[in-house]
Amino acid sequence: MSQPYLSISRVDMDFSRGGVTNPVLRDVNLDVQRGEYISLIGHSGCGKSTVLNIVAGLLRATSGGVIVDGREVNSPGPDRALVFQNHSLLPWLTVYQNVEIAVQKIFKGKRSAAEQRDWILHNLDMVSMSHALDRLPAEISGGMKQRVGIARALAMEPKVLLLDEPFGALDALTRAHLQDEVMRIQSELQNTVMMITHDVDEAVLLSDRIVMMTNGPSATIGQVLDIDLPRPRDRLALADDPRYTHYRHEVLSFLYEKQRKVESIANARARGAASTREAAALRA
Amino acid sequence: MDNTHSIAAPAPASAPPSMLRVRAGAAYSHFMNHVLPPLVVIGLLCAVWELLCSRPGAALPAPSQVVSETWELITQPFFDNGGNDVGLAWQILASLERVAYGYLLAVVAGVSLGVLVGQSTWALRGLDPLFQVLRTVPPLAWLPISLAGFQDSNPSAIFVIFITAIWPIIINTSVGIRNIPEDYRNVARVIRLNGVEYFWKIMLPAAAPYIFSGLRIGVGLSWLAIIAAEMLIGGVGIGFFIWDAWNSSLVSDIILALVYVGIVGFLLDRMVAWVGKRVTRGTSPA
Ligand SMILES: Nc1ncnc2c1ncn2[C@@H]1O[C@H](COP(=O)(O)OP(=O)(O)OP(=O)(O)O)[C@@H](O)[C@H]1O
Ligand SMILES: [Mg+2]
Repeated sequence: MSQPYLSISRVDMDFSRGGVTNPVLRDVNLDVQRGEYISLIGHSGCGKSTVLNIVAGLLRATSGGVIVDGREVNSPGPDRALVFQNHSLLPWLTVYQNVEIAVQKIFKGKRSAAEQRDWILHNLDMVSMSHALDRLPAEISGGMKQRVGIARALAMEPKVLLLDEPFGALDALTRAHLQDEVMRIQSELQNTVMMITHDVDEAVLLSDRIVMMTNGPSATIGQVLDIDLPRPRDRLALADDPRYTHYRHEVLSFLYEKQRKVESIANARARGAASTREAAALRA
Repeated sequence: MDNTHSIAAPAPASAPPSMLRVRAGAAYSHFMNHVLPPLVVIGLLCAVWELLCSRPGAALPAPSQVVSETWELITQPFFDNGGNDVGLAWQILASLERVAYGYLLAVVAGVSLGVLVGQSTWALRGLDPLFQVLRTVPPLAWLPISLAGFQDSNPSAIFVIFITAIWPIIINTSVGIRNIPEDYRNVARVIRLNGVEYFWKIMLPAAAPYIFSGLRIGVGLSWLAIIAAEMLIGGVGIGFFIWDAWNSSLVSDIILALVYVGIVGFLLDRMVAWVGKRVTRGTSPA
């Protein structure tokens, strides 16, 4: 195999507040090939968003580092475009302007105004949003907002597309529809994608590999599962496919058998810590 | 109002007669719901006032008397006999001019300081206690010190407006800046906006609802302060007009001036609110 396109090596992450250090990540290592679709799955609070934000450059790892296409990551940039869970469109800009603000900045001096305009329209077209160019985010549905967020990220021509629970806030039908759309776009553009999800079906359907994280504190990668299903994938056909069922079972058993006990201990510990803190606060 | 508007808006240019009827109906219901009630109440209040003050020996003139005594002032707002003896329109414009200068200075300085305090924790810690103390100083208490400083009445009045209007603008702006969602900052960081771009494209629009609520409070306070300040400094201006009328026992003139002051204050408030609504479209109200 060639040198990995994206490589996370020996990343540790601590958050400290008021002298208390909270070890969130310990020794996270992952290599991702160009064009690969990776899902990150794990229980809530284990540190998935933290991993993604480190790759995005929005957070600095306490130790270890990330290399994308031969360069070390040390600040955020459009080559690692991020789609946030809550869409994070700018509410005072229209659909078109929300993509434009990124395109204008990134392609200033590289593409003419007309080319930029075509590029914005092309990306909005790709997520089927050309009909609502002049609407404000408040005037479109949650699924539509998420599409615009995806269009904005795609328009940056990122080396790696980072998706933090992109479909988390959507209803099941809209979610399925958007998943299909993302699969189609990914097969067309061959993007390298890293996606956080809570949804086992979503992970199996979309990914080439599923990265499963252990519970925090001091979370790390527990297991990596290769999803060897032919593309294009069809959700209806796969529903009865024994391989699909097998992968699904693998992920579920990781989440609910191997990681369950640890979780309850960690929770109990967290609860204990919280109650002593409360008691301390009451005394003070 | 908004509902009737959205019904009327999508009507095509060549609206069929039924559409026109819908529009006329909307206008009618708007009149019935929003114009008629205040008119009725004002009418009733004037009637009560008329009854109370038309007895012989009443201290204040009745509305009919006010109108007849001030009829010349009402019909000739733009006369100019030189000195202070000018029409009410000129008096109000003179006051508005002072407000405009003081308020605009307060907007520029207030938004800048608000941004500074909202952005930098150090500036917040250093300046906030100062602001909290200074903002409780009543506007007129600034007048003697500014007269001493400027040695002239007009800049002093403008300074009083400035110092009155600036506090709500600073405080609201800094709150708005501090409340910018982390996500917007992250978007700006990912596309690598520089400081200036961040200021214009993210910070100002994101904080705009807060800024405008500060601007609205500020303009109201300016108008309150200018009337009081003008009473003390003299010259042309609606405040001194009122004081002058009191000294000449022209109570009807005072009442007319009060009505005008109220209407102008209301219009100023509505104007800032309207601008704010246009500018902050889409952003949820603060
Ligand atoms: N800025 C921060 N300061 C302090 N602690 C933080 C910060 N961000 C995250 N944490 C802590 O790090 C841990 C992991 O958080 P993270 O958001 O990465 O979890 P997650 O796996 O994305 O959870 P979820 O699935 O609920 O989104 C949590 O315990 C959280 O409290
Ligand atoms: Mg998260």
